[in-house]
Amino acid sequence: MADLGREGIQEVLRLADSFAEVAERDIPKVPALRGRTVATLFFEPSTRTRLSFETAAKRCSADTMSFSASGSSMGKGESLRDTVETIDAMGVDVMVVRHSSAGAPARVAGWVGAAVVNAGDGQHEHPTQALLDCFTLREALAERSGGRPPEDLAGLRVAVIGDVRHSRVARSEVLALAALGAEVHLVAPATLLPPSLEGWPVASAGADLDGLLGEIDVCYVLRLQRERMASGLLPSLEEYAERFGLTAERAARLRPEALVMHPGPMNRGVEIAPEVASSARSLVTRQVRNGVAVRMAVLFHLLQPTSVAEGLR
Amino acid sequence: MSERTSILVHGGTIVGPGGERRADLLVEDGRVAAVGPDLDAPRGALVLEAGGCYVSPGLVDLHTHLREPGGERAETVASGARAAALGGYSAVVAMPNTIPAIDSASMVRDVLALGAGALVEVAVAGAITKGRAGEQLAPLGEMAALGVRLFTDDGRGVQDARLLRSALEYAGDLEVVLAEHCEDEALAAGGQMHEGSWSSRLGIPGQPALAEEAMLARDIALVRLTGSPMHFLHLSTAGSLALLAAARAEGLPVTAEVTPHHLCLTDEEVASFDPVFKVNPPLRTAADIAALREACRSGLLDAVATDHAPHPVEAKEEPFDSAPPGMIGLETALSATWGALVETGALSPSACFSLLSWKPACIAGLDREGGHGGPLVPGAAAHVCVFDPTERFTVDPSRSASRSRNSPFAGRQLTGRVLHTLVAGEPVVVDGEAQR
Repeated sequence: MADLGREGIQEVLRLADSFAEVAERDIPKVPALRGRTVATLFFEPSTRTRLSFETAAKRCSADTMSFSASGSSMGKGESLRDTVETIDAMGVDVMVVRHSSAGAPARVAGWVGAAVVNAGDGQHEHPTQALLDCFTLREALAERSGGRPPEDLAGLRVAVIGDVRHSRVARSEVLALAALGAEVHLVAPATLLPPSLEGWPVASAGADLDGLLGEIDVCYVLRLQRERMASGLLPSLEEYAERFGLTAERAARLRPEALVMHPGPMNRGVEIAPEVASSARSLVTRQVRNGVAVRMAVLFHLLQPTSVAEGLR
Repeated sequence: MSERTSILVHGGTIVGPGGERRADLLVEDGRVAAVGPDLDAPRGALVLEAGGCYVSPGLVDLHTHLREPGGERAETVASGARAAALGGYSAVVAMPNTIPAIDSASMVRDVLALGAGALVEVAVAGAITKGRAGEQLAPLGEMAALGVRLFTDDGRGVQDARLLRSALEYAGDLEVVLAEHCEDEALAAGGQMHEGSWSSRLGIPGQPALAEEAMLARDIALVRLTGSPMHFLHLSTAGSLALLAAARAEGLPVTAEVTPHHLCLTDEEVASFDPVFKVNPPLRTAADIAALREACRSGLLDAVATDHAPHPVEAKEEPFDSAPPGMIGLETALSATWGALVETGALSPSACFSLLSWKPACIAGLDREGGHGGPLVPGAAAHVCVFDPTERFTVDPSRSASRSRNSPFAGRQLTGRVLHTLVAGEPVVVDGEAQR
C-alpha cells in the first residue's frame, strides 16, 4: 500500500470511477486489456478475492489463467520460486498472488518479469481490499453530498475495530485511509493490537469502544478468527462480543449518518450483530460489488496498455 | 603440509594482549622462531608481505555450525573449515546440533576425525542433553574425557530449569563450560523476527527481547546457585547486557559473546522479506546495536562469535515464515566487526582482535590445548592471521568457500580483508586464496 502512495491511490480510484460505469452497461465488458494475460495464483484458499479478480480481468477482456496450490505440483514438492517462474515462462502480464506468508508477493515480484499484485499476504497487507473500501467510502460521501466523489477523505473519523494485530486488511486499511487524510482510531484489547504502533498513522489506539461511538463517522469492523481463544489472547467469543462487538445497542449510539463496513466473511453475532450488518448504515454489499471495478482499475493501472478512453470504448 | 619449513611475515604490525608493534615474524617448523624488526628471510623461505597489515594470532570462533553429519548439502567440516581459514581463523568450535546431535563419545570422535584433515583446527562442543531434547543429561564426562570443553544445546536453550541446574552441578568438577542459547520457547513461540515496530508493520509475528532476557536472568540465578561457569551465546539485546553487567559486578563466572550481524544489522532489513535476514536470535534495533558496541568497548562482552549457520539456497528461497533461521559469517566476521567497532572509533585494533582471537581461545580452552590466541612470541604455535585493514570489497557469496550462500552482507561493501592465514605454521591462505 505504501508503494502506491496518496497520488497512486487517487489515480486508481479515479480509474475505478470509469470502470464502475462499465458494470452498469448491458454488456459489462471493455477491451482495455485485450491480448493481455492475467494469472491468479492463490496459494491460500479464497473465494471472494479470487472471483473478484477473475471477473475484473474478464471484464477488461484479458485472458485469464488460474492456479491454486491444492492439486498443483507444489504438492509434489515444487518450490514457490519454481512454480512462479514456470508460470512466468508461459508469458503472463500480471500475476495476482495470494499467499499465507507475509512478503511472498514481494519475493515473487523479484523473481518474475510479470507485474505482481498482492491479493493478500499473511498478516501483512491486502491492498486491493483497502482500495475498494476507500472507493466505497468516496461513493457513499458523494451520494450524501449529491456531488462528485471527493478527491480524499480528509477529516473523516474512522474506527478500525477488532483484531488489528493479525489482520492484513487492517494494515492496508490504516495506510490507505491515512494517506487520504482520514483520522484513524484503532479499537481492540491490547492482545489484538500490534505490539508496537511506532510509525502507524493513527490518532488513537485503545479498548474504549463505547467512548468513541458518538465521535466517529465510520465503524470498520474486522473479522475475529476463532484461533485467538486457543492461543490465549481472548477469554471467549462471548466476552469479545460483549466488549467489542458492534451490537444493535452500540449502533444506536452512533451518529445518525455514521457508516458501517466489514471486509467479510462476517461472524454475525460476534464482531457484528446481524441487524447492524443488514442495516441502512452498512456498506458491506457495496464493498463486494465495488471490488470488481477497483480491481479492473488496479490491473489497468499496472499495465496502462492504452489511454483510458480507448480502453473503455 | 608445505615443503617449506620457514615463513617470513614481512612488514606488518603485530598485535596481541600486550599491544601493537611493527615487527617481522619468522616461523619455523610450525612455531614462531623470531619476532623483530628487519628479520632476514632464510634461504628458501616463503615471504608473505604484510605491509600496512595487522598480524594477529589466528582467530578462534566459539560458534560454528559445520552441519556434518546430517546437513552436508549446506556445509561439511572441510568446506566450513576452508571458509574459516579464509576468514583468518585458526580454530573453530563445531556446534553439536548436527543430525544426529553430538551427544556421545562416539559422535565426538567422528567429528574430530572429520576435522583432522581440515584447514583449521576443529574443536567440538557437546550437547548438554541427549539429542538436545532437553530431557536427560548427555554423557558430559565421557565427552569431556575426549577434550570437549564447551557444552551446549545451541539452537535451543535448556528449557527445564531443574535439568540445567543438574547439568551445572554435574559439570562442576569436569573443568568444562556450559553455554546457553537463551530463548524462552514459550515467550518466543511463533516469533519469526524481533518483536517491535517492524514486526508490527510487516505483520510478521515477533519474538520479544524478553524471550532472551527472561532465560538469561534464570540462567544467571542458576550460576549463582551452583557456582559453575556459564557462557552465553549470541546475546543480542540491551536488556541482556544490563543483566550480564550485574552478574559480572557480582563476580559470577559468566562470559558472553555477540555476533557480527548483531553488531551491524537491524530488524529493518526484514522489510525486504528476504529470509537471508532471518536468524535466531533475531536482528534487533539500532538501540540494541549501540548497546552491544558499547559493551564490546567496555569489555563487558568477551568475544565476537560468528554463529555461522549455513543453509542451502532453496531453503532460503522459501517464504519468510517457512525459511530456516541462520546466516553464514566465517569469511566476513573480521571485516564486519572491524567496520562496526574499529572504523567507528569504538575500539582499538588490538581490542578488536582480542574479541576474535585470544579471549575466545581462553573460553574454549584452546589457548592451553593447541596454543591458539597467541601471543606471537618465540616458541608459540604459529597460528597467524594477516589482515589488511584498508582493502574495500563487495561481498559476493557465490565466491564463498562455504557450500551455502546465505550471507546477510551479500552485495554490501566491507572494509578490511584477510590476506594470509597460518595454522600451525602451514600457510593455509595466501593472498586471499585457500592453498588446498
